[in-house]
Amino acid sequence: MNEMATVSTPTILGISLALFLIGLLGVMVRRDLLFVLMSLEIMLNAAALAFIAAAAKWRQPDGQVMVLLILVAAAAEVGVGLSLVLRLYHRLDTVDGDEISLMRG
Amino acid sequence: MSAFDVPSAALGTAAPAAGGAAAVACYAACAVALICALMVITQRNAMHALLYLILMLLALGLVFFTLGAPFAAVLQVAIYAGAVMVLFVFVVMMLNLGPASERQERRWLGAGIWAVPAALTGALLAIAIYALGYSGEARVTAGVVTPKEVGISLFQDYLIAVELASLLLVAGLVGAFHLAPTKGERDAVGSADGHPPAESL
Repeated sequence: MNEMATVSTPTILGISLALFLIGLLGVMVRRDLLFVLMSLEIMLNAAALAFIAAAAKWRQPDGQVMVLLILVAAAAEVGVGLSLVLRLYHRLDTVDGDEISLMRG
Repeated sequence: MSAFDVPSAALGTAAPAAGGAAAVACYAACAVALICALMVITQRNAMHALLYLILMLLALGLVFFTLGAPFAAVLQVAIYAGAVMVLFVFVVMMLNLGPASERQERRWLGAGIWAVPAALTGALLAIAIYALGYSGEARVTAGVVTPKEVGISLFQDYLIAVELASLLLVAGLVGAFHLAPTKGERDAVGSADGHPPAESL
């Protein structure tokens, strides 16, 4: 059996958590919708890293299956999100998320 | 299980001390991913942020590989860093945000706007790392989970999830097709001065 990396699972989980929080910080701080979508990608990848760390600990294929499902969710999210950003840009000439206030009474 | 060990031997890392070297590669790739993620959320130019994001995805692909998940690593590189990021690049190129948007970003991103969210997420990270400390030092040597095992699991235990995922992809496709601006709308907005009418948004 070929040995792979000997790592500590809590460390990898901590790194995945740090990545998730960096993405969350980006979602909270940035106003440009493109950057918000990129931060969402970071958060999804952090979740995938946590799944892979757990899969490495128990040597089960389920973690990689979940990564595949995360990938599908991310692809659908990016497709719809980017077309919404494009539509917003063509309508309001901006990608500022705070500008979407047309429903304000 | 022994039948699954054969492909993993062909996956490389043939050195005897591969466990240590792979651990170093894993942690180095993790560091690259963290730095790139920080660069993504602090960049002002969307294209530069996108390149850092691609670098982060590739680094995470390396982490997946060293953790014994070659199937997820290849998916990460081929689909995430390949296909999904191409979508992003297309949209950034189509929007063609110039120096004006960079100036606007500089105006938005003062030090004050970072302070409270950074403090909150920092506190959350500190609490979580403190909690992870209680889980003990569980050092594991990752064994390779081959694509064959993943495929068997995917199409036996997770068959319904796969079907639902394909439905989600179709829904995303239809949604993106419906929401993307049509050619007529683009021309109308291009000729309008100021904010276009928003009667049908």
